[in-house]
Amino acid sequence: MADALLFATLNGLVTGLLLFMLASGVTLIFSMMGVLNFAHASFYMLGAYFAFSLSQALGFWPALLLAPLLTGALGALVERYGLRHVHRHGPVAELVFTFGLAFLIEELVQLVWGRATQDFRVPALLDFPLFTLLGQDFPAWRAFMLLLSLGIFAGLYAGLTRTRYGLILRAAITHPQTVANLGHNVPRLFMLAFGVGTGLAGLAGVIAGPVLGTWPGMAASLGSLVFVIVVIGGLGSLGGALVAALLIGLLQSWVIASSVGMADVLTLLGLSFPPEHPLRDLWRLTLAQVAPLLPHLLLVLTLLLRPAGLAGNRED
Amino acid sequence: MTRMPPAALRRIALAASLGLSALLSPLVVAQEPIRIAFIDPQSGSFAATGNSAYRVLSFAAEHYYNSRGGVLGGRRLEVVALDNKAAVADAQLQLRRAISEGMPFVISGQSSAVASALSSGIERHNERNPESRVLFLNYAAVDPVLTEDACSFWHFRFDAHADMKMAVMADHIAANPAITRVYVIGQDYSFGQAVGAAAARLMPARRADLQLVGNELHPIGQVKDFTPYISKIVASGANAVVTGNWGADMVALARGIADAGLDLPVYTFYAAYDGITRTLGEAGRNRIHMIHNDHANPFPSDERRDFTRAFEAAHPDLNVTQPRLVNTLMMLVQAMEAAGSSDPLQVALALEDSRMTTMTGEQIWMRPQDHQLFAPLHVSVHTDEGIEFDLDRSGFGLRTVHTTPLEATLTPSSCQMQRPAP
Repeated sequence: MADALLFATLNGLVTGLLLFMLASGVTLIFSMMGVLNFAHASFYMLGAYFAFSLSQALGFWPALLLAPLLTGALGALVERYGLRHVHRHGPVAELVFTFGLAFLIEELVQLVWGRATQDFRVPALLDFPLFTLLGQDFPAWRAFMLLLSLGIFAGLYAGLTRTRYGLILRAAITHPQTVANLGHNVPRLFMLAFGVGTGLAGLAGVIAGPVLGTWPGMAASLGSLVFVIVVIGGLGSLGGALVAALLIGLLQSWVIASSVGMADVLTLLGLSFPPEHPLRDLWRLTLAQVAPLLPHLLLVLTLLLRPAGLAGNRED
Repeated sequence: MTRMPPAALRRIALAASLGLSALLSPLVVAQEPIRIAFIDPQSGSFAATGNSAYRVLSFAAEHYYNSRGGVLGGRRLEVVALDNKAAVADAQLQLRRAISEGMPFVISGQSSAVASALSSGIERHNERNPESRVLFLNYAAVDPVLTEDACSFWHFRFDAHADMKMAVMADHIAANPAITRVYVIGQDYSFGQAVGAAAARLMPARRADLQLVGNELHPIGQVKDFTPYISKIVASGANAVVTGNWGADMVALARGIADAGLDLPVYTFYAAYDGITRTLGEAGRNRIHMIHNDHANPFPSDERRDFTRAFEAAHPDLNVTQPRLVNTLMMLVQAMEAAGSSDPLQVALALEDSRMTTMTGEQIWMRPQDHQLFAPLHVSVHTDEGIEFDLDRSGFGLRTVHTTPLEATLTPSSCQMQRPAP
């Protein structure tokens, strides 16, 4: 049991940090521009597909560098020539714009790469088991994912708190008017933030593509979770997003590893139900079966009890 | 495959005898196409399978019939893809459209939930509108209930259902003495649950020391990373895994097993085609087993070889993923020719108890009692040795390791069919 728990923890961390890479971009963009970017997970997908194509031409490692840059550049262009125009028509128009963009990207991906799952593989250099614990390997690639995401978090945190750009960005989050009045080019700042955010999503796609599969549904499968994390963590808070992402990653992983179900709860209470009881399906549920429900349950609870999120500092 | 066109001859004779040939050209009547609605996902997450299935079906219609003068004495077969986005609501909408455009035949298969909705929708429609009846040919939805308690006169299933497949799988697993502990994992919906229940019922009955050490259900299409489930499989001490997973869930599960370095045989229903074979690649070699009909390697017949070659020449990036669809179309045409009409009722009656030799060279039989098709079933292994036609251009394909003849696949059915009044 202990080793299963250790594996669950390691994998929870990997998933959590991956989710954080996506959520950090969403939270950054939302807090600055007030736009909930529904297309964010689509950039994650684009990152994976770009890296897949680039790795066939140039090898994996250049693709790891180029694909996020390409995705980020595309994101910046979308902001500059799309979102900025829509911005005048208010937040609803922006929301609908990103919503439409998500569909557009999904269809474009299918047009260009087809509908089948792509054969995007872990590079040979990292395609070995790092260690084996009681019959189960832990792939080196996952350790790489873990380290890279930690590095990104550290870099992002340092960039936002220690550099001039970071300072102005954080100021623009809370007081965009003032920052503009001080002579800073706020629209360009927004474009930069959008580019960095989508670039991070692209990077997440590159490292997730080989393990979670590179296929047209990959954006939709992660999209809703990202918003849950952003809300639970608190809009605009990177630290909150990190905590929420890890929380959800670990929670899901642990819950699946556990074999606890309603039946155990009933036994504990000394209750039992006849097999033809109308609610018998409910009593047979295991915690693992409801695992995907938990983030959404947390979301509802957060909104009810602490609408600003775990670390949210802006209420509006 | 050349056919006599008795209907057209009769029509010509009739028209000539009435002296109407100048007014009502038999040629015009004969040219009216028979339209077949193919209601399957053409967009969204499950589009890959629906799309390649549509290509196979329309190619077969062209290859076997339209290029050889059509059916029923010169009528073309026209396959119309109607996108149901793998959703019940969209499928019902597309069914309305097929009916209003006068398409007498509906072919669909992905998702048992969609098939159930179509079957009951068509049953209701046909009862109320005897003048515009529709026949439902199900090529892949395998929830047993469709030919059991929920059977319908207007529904014909051309695939073996989950219990039949599980019985063959259980035989094959029981024949391997090295396997004693089986772990079942499946998607949490009607089909996944049916697989789990059938495994729990059949496995221990096959051999006394064969036990089920896990029966796990995971949410469908939501699990991005199967590693936590793999940990449970390891902890259970299983030495074989059985799964009904399909699509992305199948790929992710197989990858998780390979990444964790587990050397277990995996028995599946849907672990091939549409990018899955390529993704499994090396990691799945001689490990992934699949139960299916119309086995492929060693190549069973020249006709199948010709068809595969022609299809892959026309569609360089696709494979003949569903030879069953070709069987479905051929049996439909055979029934139309026998009935001498494309009237759904006449065709349904002709389909009942019909037999046919497939392009693979196998005998298949449509049982009249429940409209369930019976065919030899095969267990194949994912490998790159002895593969004549690979899948996904990957060098890998399926090689048959076990065959169960048609007679041994027969299962009783609880179907109480409501037949239309003659």
